[in-house]
Amino acid sequence: MWEYTEKVKEHFLNPRNVGEVENPDGIAEVGSIACGDALKLSFKLDENKRIKDIKFKTFGCASAIATSSALTEMVKGMTLEEAMKVTNQDIAAYLGGLPQEKMHCSVMGKQAMEKAIENYKGGPPTEPAAQIICECFGVTEREIEQAVRENNLSTVEEVTNYTKAGGGCGGCHDAIRQIIERVRAETAPAARPKLSNIQKIKMIEEIIDREIRPSLKKDGGDIELVDVIGNRVLVATRGTCATCKAADITLKHFVELKLRDFVSPELVIEEVTP
Amino acid sequence: MKTIYLDNNATTQVAEEVLDAMLPYFRDLYGNPSSMHTFGGQVGRKIREAREQAAALIGAGPEEIIFTSCGTESDNAAIRSALAAHPDRRHVLTSRVEHPAVKSLCDHLSRQGYRITELPVDKDGILDMTQYERALTPDTAVVSLMWANNETGVLFPVEKAAELAKERGILFHTDAVQAVGKIPINMKATSIDMLSISGHKLHAPKGIGIFYVRKGTRFSPFLIGGHQENGRRGGTENTPSIIGLGKACELAARNMDAENRMVLRLRDKLEAEILTRIPNSRVNGTRLYRLPNTTNISFEFVEGEAILLLMDDYGICASSGSACTSGSLQPSHVLRAMGVPFTMAHGSIRFSFSIYNTEDEVDFVIEKLPPIIERLRSMSPYWNAGDQVCSVQ
Repeated sequence: MWEYTEKVKEHFLNPRNVGEVENPDGIAEVGSIACGDALKLSFKLDENKRIKDIKFKTFGCASAIATSSALTEMVKGMTLEEAMKVTNQDIAAYLGGLPQEKMHCSVMGKQAMEKAIENYKGGPPTEPAAQIICECFGVTEREIEQAVRENNLSTVEEVTNYTKAGGGCGGCHDAIRQIIERVRAETAPAARPKLSNIQKIKMIEEIIDREIRPSLKKDGGDIELVDVIGNRVLVATRGTCATCKAADITLKHFVELKLRDFVSPELVIEEVTP
Repeated sequence: MKTIYLDNNATTQVAEEVLDAMLPYFRDLYGNPSSMHTFGGQVGRKIREAREQAAALIGAGPEEIIFTSCGTESDNAAIRSALAAHPDRRHVLTSRVEHPAVKSLCDHLSRQGYRITELPVDKDGILDMTQYERALTPDTAVVSLMWANNETGVLFPVEKAAELAKERGILFHTDAVQAVGKIPINMKATSIDMLSISGHKLHAPKGIGIFYVRKGTRFSPFLIGGHQENGRRGGTENTPSIIGLGKACELAARNMDAENRMVLRLRDKLEAEILTRIPNSRVNGTRLYRLPNTTNISFEFVEGEAILLLMDDYGICASSGSACTSGSLQPSHVLRAMGVPFTMAHGSIRFSFSIYNTEDEVDFVIEKLPPIIERLRSMSPYWNAGDQVCSVQ
């Protein structure tokens, strides 16, 4: 059972603003029945160009209905510029948080709001060459980029939780990984400053935790940082890695590459036996 | 709030008689059945009795019963033992609708270089036996097909399938976790070599299972250790649970007919009333070859998790094959294998009964469910209440 906050449950059981606005100024539909959730949003502006009325219809789980309801409450009375600035994180925060696996519901709300505003402005969607990355769920490159940027995502699993991309056949995982790397490279400082030893060790630990350990754990393995001497990173393998014949290939081709990517290109990985 | 438990394929209530049979073996009669003294020996005798009770339920010999920790362990032991018995064979034949205990193991074996064939099913969840026969090859080490599907209750013709495997010298395993105790099983009359049972699906506690291995079948143990279970499964016996499971098997053998008549009547009433009262609903899986206690119903244009949570508000427990409840992003692999359309698959609910359900409970669900579906549909962008016609893009 999902651990929903009281506020999520409350919005699910008593959703606000269900329905469709008559003669709407802006309208949008996102998601699809195949994907398991869909949201239809319509709004009307008052004479001061503020959102006077906004309604939703949602097909989906409890959190999809609750985020739709929350979104409409949040943006009512806002100008479109203000509404445009509401992020999926804001929607989740308004509800006291969402389970990680359900963050895509908040992203769906954000997308519907953007699309409805675009519809009001009369322009076609601002992504003329939208490239679909995830065929199973019809998620575009731009959507993934935006989710990575706004939510500081770093793994494929996180991207799946936030956008659904990669949650079907898994054929797009490499493409998602590339997008993550590209976006993170944009945001990372251009030149790597020289690291102190302490900084280097801290960073290595962080990268092992974030980038390396989750993948190893999927196969029942693990890795432990033993020491860092200059650019030599001494590690010990644990779990299935400790007995796996392919472990040194994993160390050289996966662990070392990750550490070189994220910390310093001079690093060399060495395995020590405990 | 009263709990209305219609999720008996997930787990069942431990029977009063089962609990009573178990309780002395926690604190008072805690001896190790392997011990030489009378104190332990008396526990050993109770375990022999439990083994006989379990064997009797499925028409097996007591020496063919191995107690395990759960259905999943039994499934793993069966498939791995079969592969060890035929190291020259690299093919495993199974279906697309198996329980994760078999499916995930097969996925794992496939990464280790085994060739896995997952047979498809038709829209009613039925296996194509011609296709099955064609898939049996000299390289096939083992067939693993479930007897009854946990999501839909659809029964596979495993006895016939086992015959065909036997003719070709191929080992046959069936995951009978949902079938045992619900349909009569007589292993003496079948060619099934290995069968898995889970205690908690038939009113015994969680954490106990049975692995049936036909006498004379080549076998290599999954857990290697002491001489327990005739050296076929090491580890000190889970004595209270084994004794409880024995009792549960005895009860199932004695009450099966009466239970089945009862749950069948309740299930059929619920199903018929739901289909009448709620438009755009349908049953998933054939209604011809099905467990008497299970129904899987889809409600078009609404999502299963939302249905479950609204039912939960009334204390009604069921489960769903929707994406949001599975923890993945796609509806259940069983419904997808059957080609259930997306408009239906996301809104599927499974109700599964046991002897402890009552007609009042069924009436309560019949009263509460239609407004729940109506309420969710009124929120759904795909539902057009005026003419009950969908507006799918």
